[in-house]
Amino acid sequence: MTVTSTTKDAERLTLTVVTEFNAAPQKVWEVWENPRMLERWWGPPTYPATFTRHEFVEGGEARYHMTGPEGDTPPGWWQFQSIDPHRAITFNHGIAGGDGEPVPGEPPVLTEVTLEPSESGTRMAVEMSFHDTAQMEALLQMGMSEGLTLAVGQIDELLSTTSV
Amino acid sequence: MGSIVARKRSGTCEQSCSPRSNVTATASCALIRSVVTYNQMVVDQLPTDEEIDRIFHALADSTRRDILGQAIAGDLSVSALARRYEMSFAAVQKHVAVLERATLVTKERRGREQIVHSNGTTIRTAMTLLDRYEQLWIDRINQIADLLEKPEGAN
Repeated sequence: MTVTSTTKDAERLTLTVVTEFNAAPQKVWEVWENPRMLERWWGPPTYPATFTRHEFVEGGEARYHMTGPEGDTPPGWWQFQSIDPHRAITFNHGIAGGDGEPVPGEPPVLTEVTLEPSESGTRMAVEMSFHDTAQMEALLQMGMSEGLTLAVGQIDELLSTTSV
Repeated sequence: MGSIVARKRSGTCEQSCSPRSNVTATASCALIRSVVTYNQMVVDQLPTDEEIDRIFHALADSTRRDILGQAIAGDLSVSALARRYEMSFAAVQKHVAVLERATLVTKERRGREQIVHSNGTTIRTAMTLLDRYEQLWIDRINQIADLLEKPEGAN
């Protein structure tokens, strides 16, 4: 596996990561399609994800929560916008409220995944389009224990004191 | 590679910006840093004399310094600023326009609101967050690669 390229656009708030896997697109597709496999990579090892719903069809919904070291279980959701088998998945993704459901009025992150056959097996591109930095910050905090979390203000402070 | 920080040129500002200095001084230093960073990122050069004049003119007014401090702390709408200073919407607009010409802030229309962003800070914050998402995806990709190697294996 190699991450072949990353593109970050700080004005449009998009991130694109392109990688190559030594496996056929059908195999890579499974890690998205099968919730039991998805659970083994979506969350960091300290915050594994559990998908309680995973309707892998266009318009389908997914619900999950992560489980932190302190037993906290921040919930999230996906909604599949489009699914082109073995080729592409587009879904909206957001933080859920206390009831595990999307919070009305909160803008989602759009994630577009494309798979294509390559020499090594599969080339996978993931593009995330964010709404604003507050959303980026909130979503990042989902998979982090309190101790590791830096608020935006703290990041700024850190940067301003270490940037010389 | 991807992360962009103000380099040597911001050194003089750093030295005069102790974390304990007053709010206005801190905000002013932060914004000068922001401008330097922004210019390095966007046009890869220091501000011209003319630009520096505009920056100092913009900062010569305490209300504008305060507006900038507010914008650095977080995005604000023009109408929220007008309420805060008990000023007419038009008066705040004028102050914001001066800050805009000095490239210290940008305005964005969001529905019926006009949102004021501090320039370099927003971009720098976004870049830092994008760096962290990049790392998140590198970790995820490593976990996927492990899974693909031993798909049916034990956990």
